[in-house]
Amino acid sequence: MEANHKIRVENLSLRVNGHEILKDINVSIPENKITVILGPSGCGKTTLMKSMNRLTDIYPEMHVRGRILIDEEDILNTHKDVTAIRKKMGLLSQRPYPLPMSIYNNIAFGLRISGRKKRDLLDKRVEHYLKQASLWEEVKGRLREPASSLSIGQQQRLCLARGLAVDPEIILADEPTSALDPISSQEIEKKFLDLKQDYTIVLVTHILRQAARLADHVIFMYLGEVIEQAPAEEFFHHPRTEITRAYLKGSIN
Amino acid sequence: MSLWLILMLAMPVLIGGGLLWKSWSLLHDHALGELLLSTRWRPLSGEFGFAPFILSSLWVTLVSLLIAGPVCVLSAIHLTQYAPRIVLKVMQPVTDILAGIPSVIYGVWGIVAIVPLVSRNLAPLMGAETTGYSILSGAIVLAVMIIPFVLNILIEIFRSIPIELQEASLSLGASRWYTIKYVTLRKALPGIVSALGLGLSRAFGETIAVLMVVGNVTIIPRGVFQPGYPLPALIANNYGEMLSIPMYDSALMFGALILFVIVMVFNLAARLTIIRYEKVSQ
Repeated sequence: MEANHKIRVENLSLRVNGHEILKDINVSIPENKITVILGPSGCGKTTLMKSMNRLTDIYPEMHVRGRILIDEEDILNTHKDVTAIRKKMGLLSQRPYPLPMSIYNNIAFGLRISGRKKRDLLDKRVEHYLKQASLWEEVKGRLREPASSLSIGQQQRLCLARGLAVDPEIILADEPTSALDPISSQEIEKKFLDLKQDYTIVLVTHILRQAARLADHVIFMYLGEVIEQAPAEEFFHHPRTEITRAYLKGSIN
Repeated sequence: MSLWLILMLAMPVLIGGGLLWKSWSLLHDHALGELLLSTRWRPLSGEFGFAPFILSSLWVTLVSLLIAGPVCVLSAIHLTQYAPRIVLKVMQPVTDILAGIPSVIYGVWGIVAIVPLVSRNLAPLMGAETTGYSILSGAIVLAVMIIPFVLNILIEIFRSIPIELQEASLSLGASRWYTIKYVTLRKALPGIVSALGLGLSRAFGETIAVLMVVGNVTIIPRGVFQPGYPLPALIANNYGEMLSIPMYDSALMFGALILFVIVMVFNLAARLTIIRYEKVSQ
């Protein structure tokens, strides 16, 4: 059974100062599944993910060509407000970057932008999303403290809660466990498995085992190109290309 | 090597101690409160009130900071967040050159350009009358002098803020300007405060350029169009002359001590903010 495709990338190329970082990318990302973008460091995984969120806009040296369709709407060639596009997606980066404000305000930040300013409503929403990221119990007594006072694992869950609070449809996660200890990593991974019922998740990683644990769908990249994309089962057990087989065996990294 | 290092470390203490020692005879004769608060400056009759000088210094410095602060912060935001990289590359040597111009040249420029501007254009605009030799002229000249210095620090501060923080805010649906206002600026705030603090202590001690345009009249300034007489100007104008007047020498040394202490406090406060900021932002 073919799932709906939430995101489709068509003929996407990205250049930085004449260097081609992404070469003619064509991928589809199924709805309500975890799609893992896999590949060795420096192959363009993160850049591909950031272009889905138009974060490439803030790097003037990046030149993007092609189409990215989200819900069949091209987000690269549009006059639509870029902030509206970004609101559809929550971003989780390699290291947690809590906003320089209190725990409470980190969550309320996005809510306020979307115009929800009533105090009691904000209180409820903040609690809700902190619970969703399994952080509520640990921080409920100190919501007014700066977010930087949390441990790094807690910070990453805070960033997840912050991302969920703008009510996105897609979660973009860029090696979200790479700075975390094993237990915090496990918590994040577990969270992803829960969240995929309601969200489309795109996860960038170079950890093969993590990909195997989480992926429904895999996109394998190497040197700026997509080598293979397939359902996880097929990708891990019947890889089609030589490079994929070599990568799965661990001989390229 | 280490001897030099020790000497260097001891320098501030030695200078402070030396100034205290030299001003001791004045401090022995007059109450500290009277020296700092009295407005009567009559060295011939043994009256030494430093209030006009301290207040002039504060006036000039604070007004210069009011001018330089917004200019520096807004320029730093523009240069690091919006302008093409080439503009920053051009601007950095320019600010370095501006920072390196001898202050006497700024003083001459003040007399030639700023003093007439203040007396002919700015003062009538505000319904005031002045020769142009005023607190405002001193403050404008000072502001131009500290702008390159403060701006350079601010650029470094804004560049040290990780771009991922902006990405996080943008991906929550914030616009570029909203992000700068509520995330970037907030993150940079302690740095901005300490940069302005360093600018403040630099402005406070600046002598020659201010002396040339500020009027040097011993009164308590009641507005920016009135002349003033800042502490560094007092010392520079009078040291070496009239030292036969009893206590005069000691009084000027006490003026230097006040200057020294105030600048030290500003500097220390700025440094402490930086240290605390670095700890928090880890």
